[in-house]
Amino acid sequence: MSDAEVELAPLVLVVDDVDHGREIFAEYLEFRGFRVSTACDGLEALEKAFELLPDIILMDLSLPGIDGWEATRRLKDDDRTRAIPVIALTAHALASAHERAWKAGCDAVVTKPCLPKDLEQEVRRHLQARPSKEAHGEP
Amino acid sequence: MASAVSVGALPILRNGGAGAKAKLALVDSLLAEQEVRPCAVLTLRWLARYAGVERALCTAVDLESGRLQGLIGMGLSVAAVDSFSLDLTDRTHPLVVAQAGGEPVAFHDSGHALPRPFETPLGDTSFHAIPLSKAEEDTGPGLLLVSGADDGPVSEDVVWAAELLGVRLAALSYRRFQVDERRHKRERSWLFSIIDAVTDPILLTDADGRILIANTGAETLLTSGEEKREGWRRAVALNNMLFSASIFTNATESGPTRRELLLVDPSEGRDLLFEVLSAPVNVRLGETGVVSVLRNVTDLRRATEEIEENYRRLRIAEAATRAERDRLDLILNSVLDPILVTDPAGNIVRMNPPAERMFTFPRGKRDAEVERRVQANDAVFTSFVSNLYAGQSLRWRGELSLLDPQTGATVPVEAISGKVLSRHGEETAVVTILHDLTEAVEKAQLYEQVKRHSEELKERVREATAELAEQNELLRRQAFQLEQASAMKSQFLANVSHELRTPLNAIMGYTHLMLEGVSGDLTRGQHDKLSRLDANARHLLAVINDLLDIARIESGKMPIQVERVLLSELIDEVMTEVEPLIAGTRLAVSRRLPPELPEIRTDRQKIKQIVLNLLSNALKFTPEGEVSIRLDHDRATGEIAIAVSDTGIGIAEENQKTIFEAFEQANSSYARRQSGTGLGLSICRRLASILDGRITLTSRLGEGSTFTLFLPEGPSQS
Repeated sequence: MSDAEVELAPLVLVVDDVDHGREIFAEYLEFRGFRVSTACDGLEALEKAFELLPDIILMDLSLPGIDGWEATRRLKDDDRTRAIPVIALTAHALASAHERAWKAGCDAVVTKPCLPKDLEQEVRRHLQARPSKEAHGEP
Repeated sequence: MASAVSVGALPILRNGGAGAKAKLALVDSLLAEQEVRPCAVLTLRWLARYAGVERALCTAVDLESGRLQGLIGMGLSVAAVDSFSLDLTDRTHPLVVAQAGGEPVAFHDSGHALPRPFETPLGDTSFHAIPLSKAEEDTGPGLLLVSGADDGPVSEDVVWAAELLGVRLAALSYRRFQVDERRHKRERSWLFSIIDAVTDPILLTDADGRILIANTGAETLLTSGEEKREGWRRAVALNNMLFSASIFTNATESGPTRRELLLVDPSEGRDLLFEVLSAPVNVRLGETGVVSVLRNVTDLRRATEEIEENYRRLRIAEAATRAERDRLDLILNSVLDPILVTDPAGNIVRMNPPAERMFTFPRGKRDAEVERRVQANDAVFTSFVSNLYAGQSLRWRGELSLLDPQTGATVPVEAISGKVLSRHGEETAVVTILHDLTEAVEKAQLYEQVKRHSEELKERVREATAELAEQNELLRRQAFQLEQASAMKSQFLANVSHELRTPLNAIMGYTHLMLEGVSGDLTRGQHDKLSRLDANARHLLAVINDLLDIARIESGKMPIQVERVLLSELIDEVMTEVEPLIAGTRLAVSRRLPPELPEIRTDRQKIKQIVLNLLSNALKFTPEGEVSIRLDHDRATGEIAIAVSDTGIGIAEENQKTIFEAFEQANSSYARRQSGTGLGLSICRRLASILDGRITLTSRLGEGSTFTLFLPEGPSQS
């Protein structure tokens, strides 16, 4: 599907401690042409983020160890990763959880359950709004 | 008839019938005699013995009366002697002429016409009248009448004896005169001493007003010498004029008179008022004078005037006092508190009506009980006032307990007494004012009651406060527990929600992946089954979301964001959202908005949620007909009404009350064919409530329903 001449597809880092959570969105986004990397907890998410510098991060909030809020805060505190959009992806429906996410520096909050199609739309919206990189075309 | 014949002079001792020896004896006896009458007796006896005189009358001049009085007679009755009295001033009388002539005169009825007939004391008309003195003397001491003129001229012896008697009487008379003169002088000086000793001026004036006698007091007023001052002299002249005028005015009056006369004090020049007592007196023969006694009544008059003035002042003062007293009475009577005035003896001398009520028996019927109370009051009062009389202080204050004479009720009074002192500091009265303390006492008691109640109240408040504090503490603890419970509940809900959503995410996600063909193509049967799975997963999500909403509302955690909302725009948005729903029906959907709708302040999202819910319901439960949405603005209450009406299945009356409860759908059989959680209306009503609004329902089964959302223009609380 991709060749050398074609620019690399946007890299999405999907962070979720639940396997199926990671699998559904990663599979769908790969299916839709995105490059996808995954992390199971906050620490891994930070390591991969600094290492891979993904184009966008889908961050589950309730994580073992460093949770999503803390991980987002650290990402937004670091020059290397500050510009990367972080979409909080959470099963928390209460306003307080969302509020904390905004405060931690998340660029958007999406409540689970979330249809993969809807999530893709959100991802594309943020990637297009990003000023530093070219908008990616449909794969 | 007798006529006067002149006879020659009489020698002292001429030879006659009587011998010298007889004559000498008469001379001796006369010289030995010192009184007039015996001399005359001796002479008449001698004449009878030696000159043959049978009847004779010896008369003597009474100098005082100016008359010739019979002295002694011979051959005559005593009455005849005593009755002889001849006025010497009657110069035409023959005997007066004879007495003055100094020579014997013979009267007889020889035919000589007498100038005037007269009675002779000798009983016949023929007699001799021999003066008892010599012719050259002015007035002889007497006249001797001897009978027998018809017998020829009078004998020498008679003439001699008459002459001798005359000499002797003259001598005796002279001596007596001298004695009298001395006595008169002495008496006169006594008299003057007496009248001079009288300080009142005394005057004797003659008929012409000339002053005959004046005492020292009168002289001071009415006489002046050259040595006196001019002023003095003028004053005296004026006084004389005034006095003369006064005398003249009263001259015609007989008897004593009394009048007032104003004179001038020559020495000081001030006016002197005299009371003049005048009485007419004989000054001398035929002349009347006036004796006047002047009494200085100037001081008396002044005193009288002073008394009158004082009396006048007294009357004025009395009138003023009376007026003052009347005014005082008015004042006293207008005072409602009893006022009593007591004299220094402690007797009540004045009372005003309120005092009378307490301290006097009422007129009319006597009541022993009333009198006893009045006496008791009097005793209490007297005892109180005696404090003031006993002490030196000018005021005394105390509280007394009196009795109401009529009712016998105790009347507590405050008594204030004050001494009334005269200008000289004497106590003249004590004034006491009594102030009824009943009200004050009642007030005090009331105050005590109020205070006691207040204390009780305070105590109760204190207890209540303590209790309240305890309750508060309890409540606080409970609130804390509740809060904890609420927090735990919220946390529980959050956890439940989270734990439900996570698997639901997997269900919906995988379903989605398969339907999207991520895992390869699907058979039609697989696709249909996955679609059913998807629909049910979505329904489950809706239920979870609604439950979460209810939980949030009930736990008060539903966030409200108030903003200005333009309802027409909001309705537009709702209509746009339900467009796909409408498209799947054959319903006529209409909306009606008034031309002017105010902006309201409310939570836009919640309103939208409610309207959307109501409209969705209407569309879902109306098989055919129409659905309308209508807005109204009640200007009176400021309320906004959003009414959603349909011609749908309607709701039975018995279900209308429960329709707003959770998990209720009126027509279950129909509802089962419609998607819905059964929580929508419950949430709508709750949301309306937290926005200060309400939702009402009117419906008829089979005819349709109208749900109306009433909203205030602005929420009462943000």
